[in-house]
Amino acid sequence: MAALQTELVDVTSQEVMLTFYRRLYPFKSIFAWINHQHTPARLFTHREFAFTIKNDVYLRYNSFNTVDEFKKNVCLLTPSRFEIGPVYTVRPKDRKTARKDAFKPVQRELVFDIDMTDYDPIRTCCSEAGICKRCWTFIAAAVRVLDTAIRDQFGYQHLLWVYSGRRGIHLWISDKEAMDLNDEQRKAVVNWLSVVQAGKESGKKVHVRSGSKPLPPSLRAALDELVDIFPDLILDDQDCFGSEKGYESLLDLIPDPKIVDGLRELWTSDPTSSSSDKWADLKNQIKKCYPQKDNPKRAILSASMEDIILQYTYPRLDAEVSKHRNHLLKAPFCVHPKTGRVCVPVDPSHIDEFDPSAVPTVGQLLRELDAIGSSNEHGAEHHSDWERTSLKPYVDMLDKHTQGLMNEVRREKREMDTSW
Amino acid sequence: MFKGAEQKPRNLQEHPQVAYYGTLQYPHRLNFYDKPPLFDVTVEEFETCALDRLRILAEIESSAARNRSWEETKSVTHTQCLKYLPLSNNSATKMDLNAQRRKDHLGHFVLRLAFSRSEELRRRFVKAESTLFRIRYENDDSMERQQFLDSRDFNWILVDKDEMSEYRKELSSVSENEKFFKVKWTRVPDLVEKRRVFLKGGWAYVPAREQASVVYQDFEVQLMGALEMTNRALPRLDEDNRLLPILDNLCKGFLSGVPSDWVASAPGKEGEITADMVDDIAKQHYPLCMKNLHQNLRKDHHLKHFERLTYGLFLKVLGLSIDEAITFWRKSFTGGPAETKFDKEHKYNIRHSYGLEGRRANYPAKSCQQLLVSDSASYGCPYRYFTPDNLQTALLSAYSSQGLKSSDIPEVMQTVRSKHFHVACTRVFEITHSQYNVKKGEGVGSGESVTHPNQYTAKSMEMEKAVKENLKGEMGMEID
Repeated sequence: MAALQTELVDVTSQEVMLTFYRRLYPFKSIFAWINHQHTPARLFTHREFAFTIKNDVYLRYNSFNTVDEFKKNVCLLTPSRFEIGPVYTVRPKDRKTARKDAFKPVQRELVFDIDMTDYDPIRTCCSEAGICKRCWTFIAAAVRVLDTAIRDQFGYQHLLWVYSGRRGIHLWISDKEAMDLNDEQRKAVVNWLSVVQAGKESGKKVHVRSGSKPLPPSLRAALDELVDIFPDLILDDQDCFGSEKGYESLLDLIPDPKIVDGLRELWTSDPTSSSSDKWADLKNQIKKCYPQKDNPKRAILSASMEDIILQYTYPRLDAEVSKHRNHLLKAPFCVHPKTGRVCVPVDPSHIDEFDPSAVPTVGQLLRELDAIGSSNEHGAEHHSDWERTSLKPYVDMLDKHTQGLMNEVRREKREMDTSW
Repeated sequence: MFKGAEQKPRNLQEHPQVAYYGTLQYPHRLNFYDKPPLFDVTVEEFETCALDRLRILAEIESSAARNRSWEETKSVTHTQCLKYLPLSNNSATKMDLNAQRRKDHLGHFVLRLAFSRSEELRRRFVKAESTLFRIRYENDDSMERQQFLDSRDFNWILVDKDEMSEYRKELSSVSENEKFFKVKWTRVPDLVEKRRVFLKGGWAYVPAREQASVVYQDFEVQLMGALEMTNRALPRLDEDNRLLPILDNLCKGFLSGVPSDWVASAPGKEGEITADMVDDIAKQHYPLCMKNLHQNLRKDHHLKHFERLTYGLFLKVLGLSIDEAITFWRKSFTGGPAETKFDKEHKYNIRHSYGLEGRRANYPAKSCQQLLVSDSASYGCPYRYFTPDNLQTALLSAYSSQGLKSSDIPEVMQTVRSKHFHVACTRVFEITHSQYNVKKGEGVGSGESVTHPNQYTAKSMEMEKAVKENLKGEMGMEID
């Protein structure tokens, strides 16, 4: 039924998008969130916006002085989506008046992008653009691990998680220190947090330790979390080692030929045994081959089992997005052009309950608007019709997040004032 | 050889003038260059100090371009330092420590003036200077190094006992039995990247053995900041045109990316062509197609695939050995978009074109015929693919220094219009080699016309060599 209804509204049509921007898009909230205060500051006025308009024309380096100008232009251009970039030294629209080397990005939220496609080599339920509740578990695990790690290790507090509208999730970190990071420091964060090196070759390998030395403490904490979900997600739900291709890639990760040969023999004769059985086989095989507990081989093998768990469950980041300040990222509350779903904020503490297919679509929202209808038709144009639709809880979530940010900015300002 | 001097900022503040002119002007061999030199110097000293330091920085840059290992770089730099800028430990009582450290101090600041003016110069200067600092830091006597570290506030916090025991488990997996320092993690991104620290709440717990990392990082950040400030202040310099020419001269060589321009480098063995010589050869002996590629490479620090292939094979036939070719390309890409990808991607292709990878074929350089049908303005024959306007401009800018006058242009353009591109190229050769008595119609020798870029270049170089040898013969032993 839901699928049928979505088809009724053509997401790509200009009219639909225009109505969406005029009546539903929470410009004020977005403004407050990127501006960190109520009066327009450099964080907003020197900020780049990039629009994708019809025929895939891409307009970069737009900037606006006020939120009204911002809204007016978005409605004028009715982009299918738009992206938020960095704060530059000069207003991006005036960049041609500045010397070439004087136009540089200076600040930007620290952003992360996790995309389901990076999990294609391991997930068995969907592939490419598809996503279901089952593969969302990967994302949920990634969110939990990253959210904890970033708060605890880097000490950042203002994290906004946003569903990307299809099969991924974005993270925007707005702490002052995070905004100020240079590219080198961003790269360091990414590498600190990356375990599975992304690449086209499917044999993504985990390189986090030297020899069989213990895991670094940051990963130890992540592993403790991931060990819990590994049996449910990888062994039962996804059944990653069920097929021949699946178990061969598992065997590739085991550094001991004796064990590999034993297991391959076992599994070739019974290729359909479940992943849990295979995982148990692996444990038994290790015990059988190296019965003494203090055998150094045992240490190597248990280290490699930990690495396997990391490889299958640890967050896979799209590193390029995070490394450079001038990378653009789709703004929250945009509509995904393929699915029609709105990119809504997600509460990381309830990430497991989040269902991507329950996210409102633009068609659904417009029908809700129609339903509340023409009762006050002759009033002035409504700027916050979203309050009366199912978009409301999500906008409230963003506003609450922004409130925390603003409180901190205000506190800082007060401290500066009194320091005289 | 290393320099040492840094007057401690603290001393300076406590007894400004006394400390400055006192015996402890530079108590440490290492110097963070917080304070500019305030003493009088002669213009000559100004220049020699800078030149000597430049030689060392040039060696460091070329070490990086030649992919020398850290140990090699260290020993090469060490040798250069002994020669041009010796800097002794405090224990070396026989040396005039003060003079050594003063020279180091002065040279550094003169080069700051010279290299602050563009982003690229600043970046390269910081890179070379911080490498020099690292080498000196590593070679320094551990006692003196500690004294130096104590003399400056690096704004790190020693992790106390309580905290040590709170995070005992985590810290011990980073490093056992060591003191730890706490700094904001943003100051040690290199350590964070390699997971060599423990991170908590934005603080990086750095083990004592990684302390140097913090020092280097500080040195770089501070120097970069200082250079940017110098850049802004430079236009307001009340200058009497004695110093500016020197500064211009200093940074010119640096810009062209060839250390030999900074300082004349040792010429290669007889007949051998080195990476450093390519610029000169390009200026005097290249046909227009190769000049065009060379200029684009210098301008963008990058060439696209077919451009690289065409130019790379040309250089191979010109006589660049594989090692020199890699050096040449690595240097040329420095600062360009593909700098970091060099080893991964381009090195293989260069080796491939030398027949050292893949099918190991010995590829010949592209001939005029191939360039004429390549259908590309970027690496094809410019006489064919440039628009007439662009061609005229390109010809004049490329060859006017070799005697091509605007009055020669109509003739060349006429042949281009009648589609005799190789005739046009040959004619340009004749005009630009008239100093060697090449007359119209003689072509590149006995009436031969240009058929291959390498033939053009080889003939041109031959002529120059013949003239030089004649000269030598005539003047006998008088010239050296």
